Amino acid sequence: MAKESDASAPTSLREPVIRLRGAELRFGPRVLWHDLDLDVAPGEFVAVLGPNGTGKTSLLKVLLGQNTLSAGTAEVGGRQVHSGNPAIGYIPQQRGIDPHTPMRGRDLVRMGIDGHKWGMGLLSRGRKKKVDELLAAVGATDYADAPAGTVSGGELQRLRVAQSLANDPSVLLCDEPLLSLDMHHQKVVAALLNEQRVEPDTAVVFVTHEINPILPYVDRILYIVGGHFLVGTPAEVMTTESLSRLYGSPVEVVQVGGRLVVVGGEEECVDHHHMPDEEFDLDAAVNR
Amino acid sequence: MSITEIFGNLFTFEDYGELVGLLANSLIAAALLGVVGGLISVFVMARDIPFAVHGVSELSFAGAAFALLIGFDVVAGSIVGSIVAALIIGVGGAKASEKNAIIGVLMPFGLGLAILFLALYDGRAANKFGLLTGQIVAITPSQILTLIICALAVLVVLVIVWRPLLFSSLDPEVARAKGVPVSLLTIVFMLTLGLAVALSVQVVGVLLVLALLITPAAAATQLSASPVWVPVLSVIFAVTASVGGILIALGSPVVPISPFVTTISFLIYVVCRLVGGRRMKSLHRRRAARAAKDHNTSQPATP
Repeated sequence: MAKESDASAPTSLREPVIRLRGAELRFGPRVLWHDLDLDVAPGEFVAVLGPNGTGKTSLLKVLLGQNTLSAGTAEVGGRQVHSGNPAIGYIPQQRGIDPHTPMRGRDLVRMGIDGHKWGMGLLSRGRKKKVDELLAAVGATDYADAPAGTVSGGELQRLRVAQSLANDPSVLLCDEPLLSLDMHHQKVVAALLNEQRVEPDTAVVFVTHEINPILPYVDRILYIVGGHFLVGTPAEVMTTESLSRLYGSPVEVVQVGGRLVVVGGEEECVDHHHMPDEEFDLDAAVNR
Repeated sequence: MSITEIFGNLFTFEDYGELVGLLANSLIAAALLGVVGGLISVFVMARDIPFAVHGVSELSFAGAAFALLIGFDVVAGSIVGSIVAALIIGVGGAKASEKNAIIGVLMPFGLGLAILFLALYDGRAANKFGLLTGQIVAITPSQILTLIICALAVLVVLVIVWRPLLFSSLDPEVARAKGVPVSLLTIVFMLTLGLAVALSVQVVGVLLVLALLITPAAAATQLSASPVWVPVLSVIFAVTASVGGILIALGSPVVPISPFVTTISFLIYVVCRLVGGRRMKSLHRRRAARAAKDHNTSQPATP
């Protein structure tokens, strides 16, 4: 019932960095999605769309080795998914940081390099140089020494981009990184993220409610609705016909001022900035 | 009684040098506890769990009171009590809200037990009071040895887990994604916190543990967000309070140590808070300036 399109067509002939085969994720009696086949090629940008609670964040957690598939296989970089894979960079859902939290912008980036190693790691010249380079690349040098709790949302996401790319990952997993940013900064951060990952040919899996800021960079979309899914290019997926079939009810995709808006689904693709943690909480609750 | 008479009763600095000599061991122990408290408090702030410190200290109190009742070693009793509490809190609550509920449930229970044990105890009243207000001057050389060993154990563990513990405290999602054993480190940290609480109870007593395990880093984070300066300042503040408190208390035959320790700790915080308020204002001004610059150099956002 779920498979609506041939998902396993990579856009290049190189070995895929992500390979899902017959993947099924089930929490107790509830099946989030099943029979999911997906190959993501190096350098490919895949957006994951869908209403809350359809298992978008859970998909990222499968790739991170934190959720276990109930059936099928998942590989990242040719290996079975496992926790702590250094080939993966990760941008989590944004949450507020207290202004007195003892962490500066540069510390956030630095932890992406060596935060997982034991010991205190007091002295390392190479590390400081690397942190400075990353900060400069995302234009965060100005506020690198400010406490991370005192920078703006857009500034924090620049730091997150730098942190996620710190170890030159081959895959970048992003969980709603544009949430809580205004439209201007959504565009700026999306462009920055794309620019920073193009040359190292990093593949991106980008969970989002809002396709428009990343539409220029997206190669394929994985759209999940209630256990059904659809994979294809934006032109194939973001049409009234495709989405109506996927939702199983009449849905209209309209262009408003150069923006794509889905009307009549369980939710529209705009105006979801007020419920950032709903899906995460739901999944966590089911998980327990 | 005039103010000077009260002051005269509170302080008699006769034979001060001799007293300091007699209490050299206590001073060393207090300094070590300051170092432990200063470092632990950095993680208490980073994880935002000051309430947990209070919860652990109440069960530490119950453990010590029980040890007193059955004639067991009081230091060992308080260590057992606080480690049990730390483990329950560390294992029980994944989320901060769950954690707070568990602590809130645990705290009155621990306090109730402690009151029961003390009510049943018919020994010297000073022993009871010492649990509440600290008694490092009165403890035996063998207890001081226990304290020093435990303090060193805490320091060794902290040095080993420092980076991943800080990562998992400040940025748990990314730390987990990077393979940091976040849940395991939570338990390791709660164990070291339990030990640190039990040790601090000896100096400032159950009721005032917060002065050594929260205030130092709370003061330090007013001044800096650097991962080097915050621990350094926090340790300096905690040692100043613990050692300074004892040195002042030596001149007073009637007042116990804890009010001096907590007052020094509090004053340090007040000063840092005043300086830190100016720092925050300037940080917000700079952020506003960056936002204005960003706005001017970029295309105006489309509505």
